[in-house]
Amino acid sequence: MSVMGLFFISIFSFAILWLARQGVFAAHWLEEGEVANHRRPAATEPPPAAKVGLAIFLAVAGCLFSLLAAAFYMRGDAPDWQMPPIPGILWFNTAILVASSVALQLALVAARRAEFERVKTALLIGAATAGLFIIGQIWAWRELLELRFFASSNAANAFFYLLTGAHALHLVGGLVALARTTDKVRGEGRVTRALTTSVELCAIYWHFLLFVWLLMFAMLIGWTDGFGLICRRLLS
Amino acid sequence: MTDASVPQNLAPPPAEVEDVELYHAHSWITKYVFCQDAKVIAIQYAGTAITVGILALVLSWVIRLQLAFPGAIPFIDANVYYQSVTMHGMIMVVYMLTAIFLGGFGNYLIPLMVGARDMVFPYVNMLSYWVYLIATLVLVSSYFVPGGPTGAGWTLYPPQSILTGTPGYDYGIILMLVSLILFIVGFTMGGLNYVVTVLQARTRGMTLMRLPLTVWGIFAAAVMALLAFPGLFVACVMLLLDRILGTSFFMPSLVELGERKDYVGGSPILFQHLFWFFGHPEVYIVALPAFGIVSDLISVHARKNIFGYRMMVWAIIAIGVLSMVVWGHHMYVSGMDPWFGFFFAVTTLAIAVPTALKVYNWVLTLWHADIHFTTPMLFALGFLVTFVNGGITGLYLGNVIVDVPLSATLFVVAHFHMVMGIAPVLVIFGAIYHWYPKITGRMMDERLGKIHFWITFLGAYAIFFPMHYLGVLGMPRRFYEMGDTAFVPASAATLNIVITIIALAVGFAQSIFFYNLFRSLKYGAPAGGNPWRAASLEWQTPETPPGHGNWGKHLPVVYRWPYAYSVPGAPEDFLPQDAPPLRGEHSP
Amino acid sequence: MSIAIVMVLVVAGSILFHVLSPWRMTPIASNWGFIDDTMGLTFLVTGAGFVAVILFMAYCLYRFRHEPGRRAAYEPENQKLEAWLGIVTTIAVVVLLAPGLLVWGQFITVPKDAIEIEAVGVQWSWSFRLAGLDHQLGSSDVRYIDTTNSLGLSPADPKGQDDLLVTSGELHVPLGKPIKMLLRSVDVLHDFYVPEIRAKMDLVPGIVTYFWFTPTKIGEYEILCAAYCGTGHPQMRGKLIIESEADFEAWQTAQQTFEQSRKSAASQDKRASAQ
Repeated sequence: MSVMGLFFISIFSFAILWLARQGVFAAHWLEEGEVANHRRPAATEPPPAAKVGLAIFLAVAGCLFSLLAAAFYMRGDAPDWQMPPIPGILWFNTAILVASSVALQLALVAARRAEFERVKTALLIGAATAGLFIIGQIWAWRELLELRFFASSNAANAFFYLLTGAHALHLVGGLVALARTTDKVRGEGRVTRALTTSVELCAIYWHFLLFVWLLMFAMLIGWTDGFGLICRRLLS
Repeated sequence: MTDASVPQNLAPPPAEVEDVELYHAHSWITKYVFCQDAKVIAIQYAGTAITVGILALVLSWVIRLQLAFPGAIPFIDANVYYQSVTMHGMIMVVYMLTAIFLGGFGNYLIPLMVGARDMVFPYVNMLSYWVYLIATLVLVSSYFVPGGPTGAGWTLYPPQSILTGTPGYDYGIILMLVSLILFIVGFTMGGLNYVVTVLQARTRGMTLMRLPLTVWGIFAAAVMALLAFPGLFVACVMLLLDRILGTSFFMPSLVELGERKDYVGGSPILFQHLFWFFGHPEVYIVALPAFGIVSDLISVHARKNIFGYRMMVWAIIAIGVLSMVVWGHHMYVSGMDPWFGFFFAVTTLAIAVPTALKVYNWVLTLWHADIHFTTPMLFALGFLVTFVNGGITGLYLGNVIVDVPLSATLFVVAHFHMVMGIAPVLVIFGAIYHWYPKITGRMMDERLGKIHFWITFLGAYAIFFPMHYLGVLGMPRRFYEMGDTAFVPASAATLNIVITIIALAVGFAQSIFFYNLFRSLKYGAPAGGNPWRAASLEWQTPETPPGHGNWGKHLPVVYRWPYAYSVPGAPEDFLPQDAPPLRGEHSP
Repeated sequence: MSIAIVMVLVVAGSILFHVLSPWRMTPIASNWGFIDDTMGLTFLVTGAGFVAVILFMAYCLYRFRHEPGRRAAYEPENQKLEAWLGIVTTIAVVVLLAPGLLVWGQFITVPKDAIEIEAVGVQWSWSFRLAGLDHQLGSSDVRYIDTTNSLGLSPADPKGQDDLLVTSGELHVPLGKPIKMLLRSVDVLHDFYVPEIRAKMDLVPGIVTYFWFTPTKIGEYEILCAAYCGTGHPQMRGKLIIESEADFEAWQTAQQTFEQSRKSAASQDKRASAQ
């Protein structure tokens, strides 16, 4: 529950700040006339709708993962809880996911500079490494299953599969978007504004998933046990 | 914050709305079936929601018949009763109310009210409806599998929901969970659309503080739904895994009907936390759009600005934020750490303050007004009575110690039906009578509408007001028969029969509404563009019903708030939002 | 216009119904009279609010109904009035909340000298366990449940051997002694509910929950289950009998201990196998 508390405090403070900037708490609501729509200097453009959409989707996904984390800690209180051994390949996977995120960031930089070939290469590397990460995750699952750590034998195993699975599914969704972007790159043959936006959205999503993965990995290894302990102390 | 009121440059600013390529339907199928126009999607959403709503209404008759005449109706046994209770609750809360307010009214009204051509992601919007339709079909299909739909109660509490003592534990519960997961996926697509459209697609001059309260309500509800539904999503996925894979997320070790199960150590209370983390905001996801719509109905038909618009907006935001931290009041006697009771009682009763302020402002809007008793206005007033009544019983149930004797009794049933059943449904009716002329170009029949109102309002009040007293007496809910119980007098059974008769009558009276709805399509009086002489943007479209792209060649420009009714000095008793200013740019 | 009259009638009818209603709280049989008082207070405060708001509305509807030539006033807001209304509402909420929280504080503070009695829920009946001569309940786990040990008491725990088992669904308690009900379920959620006691609490499989009360009125009361637990939910009944301490002692000595029940079950088994 402390996890949800942290999540909400951040979301709501952001929302309230934003509302305040939009003039919700100011007093000029009764005036007539053509007031400026957004409190934004005329020179900057509004962010594209897709970017705002992604930001909100990330909030939703963040909520989902926070809830899973909260459930993880609450369930982890029970005496039968026994974490499975962490397959070594996860370290490798982590490195691959970092590489994937870096590749997409490079693609974004290249797109902003309108270097078409580099965008293409970087996107392909990003997609390949992300694919590799997913294969690596499946490998980790196989390893655990061979060692007979079934989802039904202990809730900790089940959480391991659930968390990594949810994360991998999000990444698969990202790969679909990335494939469409790559497709657009092939079709256009040059860097357009729409393309830069697509690359940027993919990069943001990748960084988000990397961030989620790092927290999740720390949680699975047990580096955050102290945090769980604090939660319990706070609540009892 | 001062420069916002000053026009930043005198030349008209560039259109703030992105030049999106509008979707064009090419065939009958893409125009009416796989359509990306928000107005058509709205009708599809509303039509589906009302259809399953009728199913839920029929199920409520099954429940009422059983409670009034236990054992006398041959086709109702314990299984059928509990399945009806479960499906009625789930359909009404999720598939009917959430879908019709956000998917129906949200889709129709948001683009029109903020001055947009369509939702920002029309394709995703279409997808959202189709996923929702599949979700409802999966849900209804559980009537056709062995064992029938689940009878776990709409809360689906494990361990009971996936064990053999509950009807539909074999397939019904799986279909229910799958259907909910689909619904949430579909809703998330729609919700993103509503939120981003309000944020990004407002026309020139439409600041946040010039949005009609309907948009505010739907917007806040959509944000809350996006944050709350993941709770249900996680709960459903984990429960599904417990059921299918035999994991022990929620399932402790237990012996069921003499048989030892393989589950170990799971926490049923964890499910309740996740469920109510969604479940309580859900109440406000339904209520906030209703609040918004009622504000607009009252203002238009009382020819007066909504009183204290600013307070209304702040109250919506405050209710939205607070409602995320009150879920524990559903769990006072669940066996969770009793110290939580203090926290949740305080947050719950704190919500009463902004909610009460909203009620005061609705009523104060009527002060010195010019009230026209049209059908939509009557429904809005009916809402006020039922909502105030249902709201104050919430103070009983939110105050932790008073909840202890009342929880799980018919008092709870009466409370939530009054506050989130009858009240929002009255708003839905009012809203349909109000916006029907915009949607179809014709008026609904006022006389039939008023008959419909009187029967529905007085009937519903007569059903649920006395029910509170059965709860005070101590009669528990979810009992398909009371049997011989010492503390229940025979008069309670008589009251149950009376309630059932009224419920049947009110249910059948809804046919008046449907008759009116369909008849007016053809025979209703032509409405013109703005029959209620309303100021908000949706009534100012060049065509009625609004054409594709809503606004013709140019988007409207907004010059004032949506409640400029009876402004002193104005020629008429309303000033449309997009009418150029009367005198100078800065009248106070 | 007619709606204004109907609103007044709705208010009048609601008050009348409240006064005349034969459906009232059951006569209380425990120390939780405070709960009833808090509820009475809540009724007064909220009832006054309901009547005031609806009557004011009815007056507005009558006074400001549309007539030819009427034009509404233009009054965007009145911050002073809104602030006052906010303050009054906050005070009303505090008036409701403060006593409620005080009573809740008592509710969750169990007296030290309370007698511990365990209620066990199973689809769909009630069983009970009282401490024996050692005044201590033995440990339990669903692992131990079998045909001779339906409550799952630990066979090895010496504290449990003299525990009294009541499987008839009829629980006796002594008048005037605080009782801590320990609640345990072997299958699904249940809820120990006696309307006359006012207090209730869920039984959650996997953990032991509790609440406490002091019986204050001799009599026989019905125990119901108040958490939906499957199709047999309404049939899950038990009896709570509040009696004088002497009667309670007599009843207690007539109950079987865990040890005795195991022995008699074992001898029955022997007889069965001998035949």
